[in-house]
Amino acid sequence: MFLSMNWISDYVDLSGLDRLKLISQFSLSTAEVENEIFFKGSNISGIVVAEIMSVENHPKSEKLHLLKVDAGDGKLTDVVCGAPNVRVGMKTAFAKVGAKIGEITIAPRPLAGFDSFGMCCSEKEIGISDDNSGIMDLPTDIANGTDIKDVYEIDDIVFEVDNKSLTNRPDLWGHYGIAREFAALAGRPLKPLETVDLSAYNNLPKVDMKIEDANCQRYSCLQFENISKSVSPMNMRIRLFYCGMRGINLLTDLTNYLMLEMGQPMHAFDSRKVEKIRIKRFAEPMTFTTLDGVDRKIDENTLMICNDNTPVAIAGIMGGLDSEIVEDTTTLTLESATFDAVSIRKSSVRLAHRTDASMRYEKCLDPEMTVTAIARFVKLLKDIDGGVTVVSSLTDEQAFKYDTININFDKSFVDRYTGIDISSDTIEKTLNSLGFGVKRDNDSFDVVVPSWRATKDVTIKADIIEEITRIYGYDNFDIHTTKAPLYPVRDAVEKSVEDRVKDILVKRFSLHELHSYIWNYYDEFKALGIESEDNVKILNASNPNIETIRKTIIPTQLCQIKTNTGYGADFGIFEVGRVVEGLDENGMCDEHKKLAVTLYSKTLSPEKLYFKLVNMLSSLADDINHEALSFKAKEATHSFQHPVNLNAIYCGGEEIGEIGMIHPVIAKNIDKKSNIVYAEIDIIKFSQIANAGISYEAPSRFPEMEIDLTFVCDTFAPIKAAIDAQNCALIKKVTVTDTYADENGKSITVRILFSHPERTLTGEEVKTQTDAVIETLKKQNISLKG
Amino acid sequence: MNDKIASLKSQFEEQLANVLETAQLEEIRVAYLGKKGSITDLLKGMKDLSNEEKKTFGQHVNMFKAEATEKIGAKMKELKELQIKKEIESMPVFDVSMPADTARGSYHPITLVQRECERIFKSMGFHVEDYSEIVTDYECFESLNIPKHHPARDMQDTYYLDNGQLLKTQTSAAQNAIYKKYKDDLINKNIPIKAVFPGRCFRNEATDACHENTFFQMEGVMVGKDINISNLIFFMKTMLSEVFQRDIKVRLRPGFFPFVEPGFELDINCLICGGEGCSSCKHSGWLELCPCGMIHPEVLKAGGIDPEEYTGFAFGLGLTRLAMMKYGIKDLRDLNSGNLKAMDQFTDDM
Repeated sequence: MFLSMNWISDYVDLSGLDRLKLISQFSLSTAEVENEIFFKGSNISGIVVAEIMSVENHPKSEKLHLLKVDAGDGKLTDVVCGAPNVRVGMKTAFAKVGAKIGEITIAPRPLAGFDSFGMCCSEKEIGISDDNSGIMDLPTDIANGTDIKDVYEIDDIVFEVDNKSLTNRPDLWGHYGIAREFAALAGRPLKPLETVDLSAYNNLPKVDMKIEDANCQRYSCLQFENISKSVSPMNMRIRLFYCGMRGINLLTDLTNYLMLEMGQPMHAFDSRKVEKIRIKRFAEPMTFTTLDGVDRKIDENTLMICNDNTPVAIAGIMGGLDSEIVEDTTTLTLESATFDAVSIRKSSVRLAHRTDASMRYEKCLDPEMTVTAIARFVKLLKDIDGGVTVVSSLTDEQAFKYDTININFDKSFVDRYTGIDISSDTIEKTLNSLGFGVKRDNDSFDVVVPSWRATKDVTIKADIIEEITRIYGYDNFDIHTTKAPLYPVRDAVEKSVEDRVKDILVKRFSLHELHSYIWNYYDEFKALGIESEDNVKILNASNPNIETIRKTIIPTQLCQIKTNTGYGADFGIFEVGRVVEGLDENGMCDEHKKLAVTLYSKTLSPEKLYFKLVNMLSSLADDINHEALSFKAKEATHSFQHPVNLNAIYCGGEEIGEIGMIHPVIAKNIDKKSNIVYAEIDIIKFSQIANAGISYEAPSRFPEMEIDLTFVCDTFAPIKAAIDAQNCALIKKVTVTDTYADENGKSITVRILFSHPERTLTGEEVKTQTDAVIETLKKQNISLKG
Repeated sequence: MNDKIASLKSQFEEQLANVLETAQLEEIRVAYLGKKGSITDLLKGMKDLSNEEKKTFGQHVNMFKAEATEKIGAKMKELKELQIKKEIESMPVFDVSMPADTARGSYHPITLVQRECERIFKSMGFHVEDYSEIVTDYECFESLNIPKHHPARDMQDTYYLDNGQLLKTQTSAAQNAIYKKYKDDLINKNIPIKAVFPGRCFRNEATDACHENTFFQMEGVMVGKDINISNLIFFMKTMLSEVFQRDIKVRLRPGFFPFVEPGFELDINCLICGGEGCSSCKHSGWLELCPCGMIHPEVLKAGGIDPEEYTGFAFGLGLTRLAMMKYGIKDLRDLNSGNLKAMDQFTDDM
């Protein structure tokens, strides 16, 4: 929203004050001001009122005229002018030689064979409207030579406030509310709005008007006749233009002017079209043509202004084409109303039509403003067009009234909330300047919130704090640290485990951490042949490609592998991210935090790569929980899984995830010449596994004994089980030193390390142990080799 | 007999002179000094001699033996030195100008920025909390004083799920749970609630270089007796000075967020121009950085905390924005691109 300092200055005397400083104070205390400040009129100078004394047609051009003008300097000046509206006796804006318009300095110059000593200007050329149809046609009673800036309010400082910073301030959607803020900041009084006393018309008949829907909070209207003027005064049009609107005709301009001044949207109807004003909704949908000529679909939730049963306007949004003021309109009905903010906002969203009016209504306008706005409108209209007659009494129905809000507090509350000492006098003065009713008993306050702040903005004590502190100025705060007791803060185990997992994967195993999105990448999955599994869906996804929430991170990681196949011969990626495994018994998303790791290799065999990952995960478990991992084959449940070598991962007896290879179809779609393995672990489960801890054992001073045994056996598991079953304290370590496969099958050599802390081992006790292991395995048809 | 010694001696001298390897020398040692060595043999041939002769001869043999032992020792030392010398000389000179193999992993830049912030907050006694990404309407809006139909719900274009939940639009969605988690300590032991909660947030918007539907924030709250605006400003200034590792100027402007009152937009002096005005700060000298404010009484109430008794402040930091600022990332989409050429550049830099 653009704001004019001239307009603001109508209501607060800012003379002698640095206006730019005030604007930046406003930005820090009230609402954000955009950086660019517009110094209107600063780029023109030397433009004066001049009278056209003679007009001759140019001998060779149909468009050009040769003028002699009197610019008040006691001589006639030759000007070549292309404007169509030149005539003898006309007074216009004239840029003399030496005048400046933007970057241009007017100089004598030849134009189509004649010398021209200046330029007659249109409103657009001066920058006060976008009208470039002809040169300005000024009132004839202004003396020639008068600087145009002395005639009209061309010099102004205009600034823009970010509308978003006004969402909670319905009172700031017009200059008067803004002026109130400037008054408070400058410590100067706010002048009252000049209005007429509407009670003078109380004897006139009422307008037939009735609110029939609770979404209309208040409806006020008044009828006029005998409007003779159609063009609004130049200064009014300049203000409208500077604030981003255009002058159209007197009545439209006046309603716009009132909206920009008070924030109250108004609408003028042709009274013939609104003989019985009813505000209501229609049960049946319909099409309605708004005054911009667009057919709009109206549904049963949209509040309408009607002439009995004929809609004439969409309440709070836009008037209808049929009830617009036309040539032969004689009587006007002026509407000034407030509507339920949510209803207007929703209608405006449904219609996809946001207007200056709806934008204001959706902020919860003050219903107390409707009548004042009419009184102000009549005052302005009568000042412009003295012949206007009011032909109805003020007709006003209020269906909804906000409660008066009283807030009680004392200075100690302000002290506690602010942490600084703001005096009771300052509190009182600030609140008064913002229009709050203040009753004060020493340091106790009883405050009445003014109606324009009471619609939703200021309701509680904390809101009062904001009023006091923002005017006080946050830059003026003495800042200090808190006074609070000291207690230790422990990291949540889940958090520290996640950090350590990332460190180990990055620093020890050189993996790369990537992020992906939380949904299935439908198109990319399809290209790789990965099924986009059904799951919880986003209702309002802009794009079906991101509609379904992922159940596992692996498919998105496979897409990332595909992206990076040119990155290197061997690399690994990981992510700690969320997945949803359907809904739980309460219908809530079963969300899990997972660690997903995928390794890619052009150089390692599938088995080598697989064990590289097994080793990484085992390292994590050993480092973080001092636990070993175990694996158990599981069935494939996802399309990307290779059915062979798919294993559930166990840690501390708890299933924490899975490790596997990629289904060959998908693997080939990613890269024919490489191998890919993956693992996905529930990192929360993993982090909650009790840490087995470190139990220190002093190294034995006595010799250790190593026994190597080679078994003909396909897997290590039974050997391990047999050794573990001995539960022998002397066995310190079991390692596999060799595996070998020949025509007789696979053989595995294990090395068992024996040690006793206090004495030398006897050959016999070691043999008892190894014999027992051999015996156990023999029963399972596993024999010693050779 | 002495001739025997002399000839053996000269034979020994000759052999010793020709020795090149320690193994050879060892052979010589065994050949002369071993149990069956030549010198030992000499003694065996003594039985035919007279006692006098035995004595003299024995002395000579022993002298020879001692001499041979010493010479072999000296030779051994010499050979070993020679060997080491050879070993040293044979060591090739490495080409240290070859490029080093610096294969290493990488962190996501968000992880790095998040850790840095967490470290700062932990140093000031804050808990670091984690929270789910899928939340309820109550968590994301209702408990934060954003009732149905509130324009704030329009402001944030939310991804709603078909089970009625939603993808959290703001880390504030964790506030209610955090108040409930720590309120007993606050009420019973007067331990202030101090927590930060980083998290991934989602907004339903079209993506481009400056907009992402998925991004990271970190929110923080402090609630206790007498926590006030002055504390908030002090804290934000201190915290941001730590984050940017220089003295930061802050300014507060009123900002409207339903879950705080008063609410602020916090600006810091532009890091590029230092406040002079440049293109980064649109010539204002200030950068809008984080929303903050005093926690709205209704929000405290929803968390089971009496707003008459306790006050608190809350603030939000855009981790994604911080990462972009810190590393000069121009296109927001790089962060979720999964492109290793972009993402492998981030290493632990704390």
